[in-house]
Amino acid sequence: MSLKDLRGKIAIVGVGTAGCGEARGMTDLEILSQAAKLAVEDAGLTMKDMDGLCTANLMSAIWPLNVVEYLGIQPKFVEGTNIGGSAFVAHQLPAMMALEAGVCDAVLVCYGSTQRTGTMGRKERTAARNVLDPNPYEAPYQPFNPPSSYAMIAARHMYQYGTTRRQLAEIAVAFRKWAQLNPEAFSRDPLDIETVLKARMISDPFTAYDCCLVTDGAAAYVMTRADRAKTLKKKPVHILSNATAVWHRSVANMRDLTVSPSKESGERAFKAAGMGPKDMDVVQIYDAFSINVILALEDLGFCKKGEGGSFVENGAIGPGGKLPVNTNGGGLSCVHPNMYGAFATIEAVRQLRGECGERQVKGAKTAVVNGNGGNSASSQSTSVLATAEAL
Amino acid sequence: MDAKEQGGAEARYQAALNEGRFLIQRCDGCKRHVFYPRVVCPHCGSASLAWVEPKGTGVVYSTTTVRRKPEAGGDYDVSLIDLDEGVRMMSRVEGIAPTEVKIGMRVRAKVIDNKGAGLVVFTAEQAK
Repeated sequence: MSLKDLRGKIAIVGVGTAGCGEARGMTDLEILSQAAKLAVEDAGLTMKDMDGLCTANLMSAIWPLNVVEYLGIQPKFVEGTNIGGSAFVAHQLPAMMALEAGVCDAVLVCYGSTQRTGTMGRKERTAARNVLDPNPYEAPYQPFNPPSSYAMIAARHMYQYGTTRRQLAEIAVAFRKWAQLNPEAFSRDPLDIETVLKARMISDPFTAYDCCLVTDGAAAYVMTRADRAKTLKKKPVHILSNATAVWHRSVANMRDLTVSPSKESGERAFKAAGMGPKDMDVVQIYDAFSINVILALEDLGFCKKGEGGSFVENGAIGPGGKLPVNTNGGGLSCVHPNMYGAFATIEAVRQLRGECGERQVKGAKTAVVNGNGGNSASSQSTSVLATAEAL
Repeated sequence: MDAKEQGGAEARYQAALNEGRFLIQRCDGCKRHVFYPRVVCPHCGSASLAWVEPKGTGVVYSTTTVRRKPEAGGDYDVSLIDLDEGVRMMSRVEGIAPTEVKIGMRVRAKVIDNKGAGLVVFTAEQAK
């Protein structure tokens, strides 16, 4: 069996989000469960139908146990791999294989975090993680991670290709414009390029606007075999392919700061899908930082290496632009509860179903989702999704 | 006793630094330099990694200024340095303002005392 043999065999049939923005007084598990319930109901199934589970969390190394117990399910297939925020895209391939093999019939992919308002906030969580998983070759130099690592990626891209802060600002502004069309987005105030450029530096060349939001939020989606998907409530969104590439952990070990593992995951995903960048109606890129979008557009083949900066100019990826990217507002303006991969996937599904209201890309039949994980674009997972008519 | 003869690669690296010596590894199998220190070569899988003294010179591959309030110590540099041996490490460039650290700048390593532990930092090489 090859990746191509799985093409279109599995579909996403239910999606749900909960607690996006601020979920004061709630726990990670509580909002995760709310999102899971919505996703299962959206599929027209019940929680007891979930005999496969994919989940991960930055606070627990054995997080699937917490979720299994809380939801009261007994899955036959469990996948808890955590490679950072791309995990909830990367979970698709093992889930596709398990479903196709008949190991299970419905897989729930879910995530939730209350890092913004929780009693243990982002600062405490980062400190705890540094104790549990130290990096002795970075820690003494006190990089403000993840921003500092991605900032060095951006600085190198600027040095090598002449990419400018104004081009990075174009990305933040484009996603804010999408967010203004999305009632679920957290940051919807008007934003212009000058405001981004004049904002206080966090880690050069990044201001706060180059960095993703710190919000709460939970996301869940349900996968099943395509034949069963036809009988369910909502229009199925088929997974044509999913491929993951993991190259390093820390930024010092990223061989070329201007090339991410998306180069590899994108090539494999597009090949198995039998499609290319030109065939994509909608693009969802995990924008932990503005530079992620430039790397992904180049590495996935939407433009040549080094041309990502000019590609995004003049509102090209915003509403009304030549390529709709991050139509929900992305991690920069919609939601970013530590790990965003499931949210990128869900926005692609909502677009392909035609459920996106004001921000709907008319007639969207195909989408690419590019997950990002780790402190330095360390892991990338790319999925190509399509409606039944585009199969 | 030679401190670097004890323990794993991480412990030996730090023990040498604590004595003021900056050592990296060179693989006996593929002859490539290795950093950070390991017990298995990431290039060829050999377990035979020798400790060698790098020249200590290199070039800034990328850099950022981390912004911090003056009362907390002020802004500081974090850089990635490509040593002339062909390995890359995170460090900082000292002796100039963090915003004056530039990609492509030639730098030289020195070992400083960081709260009782040896630490490699860099200074800009004088323009010749």
